[in-house]
Amino acid sequence: MKIEFKGWVKSGAPWVWLNAGAVSVCLIMVLGLLGLIAVRGLNHFWPSEIIQAELVGQDGSRLSIAGEVVERELVPASQIRSSGVAVAEGVEYLERYLLKLGNRDVSGSDFAWVLRVKLDKEHYPDEIVAIERREWGNLYGYLLSVNESGKEVASGSKAWGTFQDRIDRALDIYDDIYRIEKTDIGSVNYQFERLRLKQRKLELKGQNDPQTVADIEAQKAELEITYQQQQEALTKLYGEFTRDSIMVVTADGKQVEVNLGKIVRAYRPNTMELFAKIGFYFAKLWEFVADDPREANTEGGIFPAIYGTVLMVILMSIFVTPFGVVAAVYLREYAKQGLITRIVRIAVNNLAGVPSIVYGVFGLGFFVYFLGEEIDKIFFPEAFPSPTFGTPGLMWASITLALLTVPVVIVATEEGLARIPRSVREGSLALGATKFETLWRVVLPMSSPAMMTGLILAVARAAGEVAPLMLVGVVKLAPSLPLDGNYPYLHLDQKFMHLGFHIYDVGFQSPNVEAARPLVYATAFLLVAVIAVLNFSAVSIRNHLREKYKSLEV
Amino acid sequence: MSETIVSEKNKTSTEHTKAHAIDLSALDRQVQSLNIEQEALALRVEDLNLFYSEKQALFNIGLDIPRQRVTAFIGPSGCGKSTLLRCFNRMNDLVDGCRIEGKIALDETNIYDKKVEVAELRRRIGMVFQKPNPFPKSIYENVAYGLRIQGISKKRILDDTVEWALKGAALWEEVKDRLYENALGLSGGQQQRLVIARTIAVEPEVLLLDEPASALDPISTLKIEELIYELKSKYTIVIVTHNMQQAARVSDYTAFMYMGEMVEFGDTDTLFTNPNKKATEDYITGRYG
Repeated sequence: MKIEFKGWVKSGAPWVWLNAGAVSVCLIMVLGLLGLIAVRGLNHFWPSEIIQAELVGQDGSRLSIAGEVVERELVPASQIRSSGVAVAEGVEYLERYLLKLGNRDVSGSDFAWVLRVKLDKEHYPDEIVAIERREWGNLYGYLLSVNESGKEVASGSKAWGTFQDRIDRALDIYDDIYRIEKTDIGSVNYQFERLRLKQRKLELKGQNDPQTVADIEAQKAELEITYQQQQEALTKLYGEFTRDSIMVVTADGKQVEVNLGKIVRAYRPNTMELFAKIGFYFAKLWEFVADDPREANTEGGIFPAIYGTVLMVILMSIFVTPFGVVAAVYLREYAKQGLITRIVRIAVNNLAGVPSIVYGVFGLGFFVYFLGEEIDKIFFPEAFPSPTFGTPGLMWASITLALLTVPVVIVATEEGLARIPRSVREGSLALGATKFETLWRVVLPMSSPAMMTGLILAVARAAGEVAPLMLVGVVKLAPSLPLDGNYPYLHLDQKFMHLGFHIYDVGFQSPNVEAARPLVYATAFLLVAVIAVLNFSAVSIRNHLREKYKSLEV
Repeated sequence: MSETIVSEKNKTSTEHTKAHAIDLSALDRQVQSLNIEQEALALRVEDLNLFYSEKQALFNIGLDIPRQRVTAFIGPSGCGKSTLLRCFNRMNDLVDGCRIEGKIALDETNIYDKKVEVAELRRRIGMVFQKPNPFPKSIYENVAYGLRIQGISKKRILDDTVEWALKGAALWEEVKDRLYENALGLSGGQQQRLVIARTIAVEPEVLLLDEPASALDPISTLKIEELIYELKSKYTIVIVTHNMQQAARVSDYTAFMYMGEMVEFGDTDTLFTNPNKKATEDYITGRYG
């Protein structure tokens, strides 16, 4: 028996099992993580059915309620008893629902835990409507009538069809309004600001002769006219937009009037077919990915956060790659190897271990307050006292993260350089190339896969970083995208939104925890997806390079 | 038990080497002149000493390399023949702690003079290494590399030179249809000929070949040897080889080196048939090394 065991150990089988076990545990953890956030996050967009029931109070009073069942759980009866609710003897566990009741403006709170035993006459009425609003969250109730400028145009069974048509009309108008407000008026305002700064700059320089001032004033007047026109168009659109309204009666019998301008969509989930539900699901998912957030980030989409994350990572890569590569080339190729290079290497490796928030503090103190203010003094005196680069923004965030990830790029590039066979360098030198030509034409291209490896690691780290960003440029809600159609297109001084910070904000800073929770998961899932996409693209570039410069060894 | 045997073996071998060293120290260290006319001389080495940090690797080397002839360096491993070869195009400059005393003259100028531009020198004295080392670029770009370094970018000139060099290296027929494919896809022998083509494309005066065929199969070796024979008419060739038959086949002059010293240098036929020194005879007859 003992010998058998010894033999088994000798055969290496336990090692194989141990290794396989470790790999399996890793896989299970990764898949479990992805699975959890995917299921929790992506479930949120499915149109769940609306339950209506009568809630029986302690004193026997009955209140009619309606809502979506968000969560079901079993609670020990003793826990319920101790909170003063009478529970029949012999019951061990009670089922409890988390209901999304909506109607925050009517009833005060939009989520409630109810015991199933307290619910009577549960049913799923066909006629009940879920209305998603731009403010106050969802409204659940029955459609009474559709009004146009205060006059009733449809009621009863016809109301739903009329309602649908008019929502479409309102949404079309909304698109126009959005375009004018964000793009057209935004652009006019931006040009106004630029003109103002130009004028101020001329004043500061003392070049504000009457001719140029008149020019600027003329341009301003022109812009003013455009602005007035747009404003008029907007007023007219708003009139149209708010023309219709609907009367809705909630489950507990309260009548609510909702203006169509406030409605994003309305649907009757209890009558929806499977395909309609799937369509609805993808529409919601698309909204999540492609729209702006609403309601303190608990509704709508997270497009600006995706945009900000990707843009920041790309800028970070642009900053970090040349820096890291140049530093690594100097360290490996030019610097005399000795004590000092060893110390530099140790320092670089230690930099990678510094907590990221420290980089944030450094970025704020050095980049934003010191460099930024100097830049403002020299280049943007006209904007004073409002800072241009002397305030957290996209550029400082990217540079701070570049600093955070530069050790990774240096280490990877150095390893790549060290792997280039000596024979290839000598081959180039023997043809009369100088050291620099050899580096530039042979060594650097051949080590480009290693640089990409460094960049991949840097991207993975940078995209998931939140702490330093909170100090150097990320905000809860940015009014405009950092890359848009207004000259000079890329606004490095602007603050931006970021998926990682968005998760933190929605998860911890949200006024409405229950409403925000699924979005935390969904955003986390999306962040993972964005990082995966960024990484896969970098990996495919690297594989392409590897194929191209496959090494000579063996 | 077994350890004793090993140590005894070591002992004998050390004694053996020591005996040789004593023998060599008695050697005449005069420059071994071949009495060649001055204009027929490509390189002249005078009193060359080379140190790796404190360890001396080459001792008072002196020899003349004749123009448009093949000169072979033979000798046992570690005797310094590759080191000497790498002195000719200053490849040893790349080695940390390497120090050189003495003189190597190319056209009357010492190549170790401060005024000499190393890159230009290396263009004039090309080198082919033991292991084929093509760049991970296309065949065409490999050959054009040296020209591009010199700033030549006219397509017509490059095309002509690439074809000429590949023909010169007897590779043109094999690769003319796939000039733009990666050079790493070629066989070892083809790669080595490509490297030779790459080297002759910059039209050097001297070709240094550091065991060019040692990593190749017999057929490729034969091709390289034929190529050396053909290239001889245009270039001065210095070849380091392990293989004495190869030295005898391809070279006009042979130098035998041992433990960092130039033991004997002379006409290949004479050196192989009637060596002056006993050490040379021992080596070429296989009694040593």
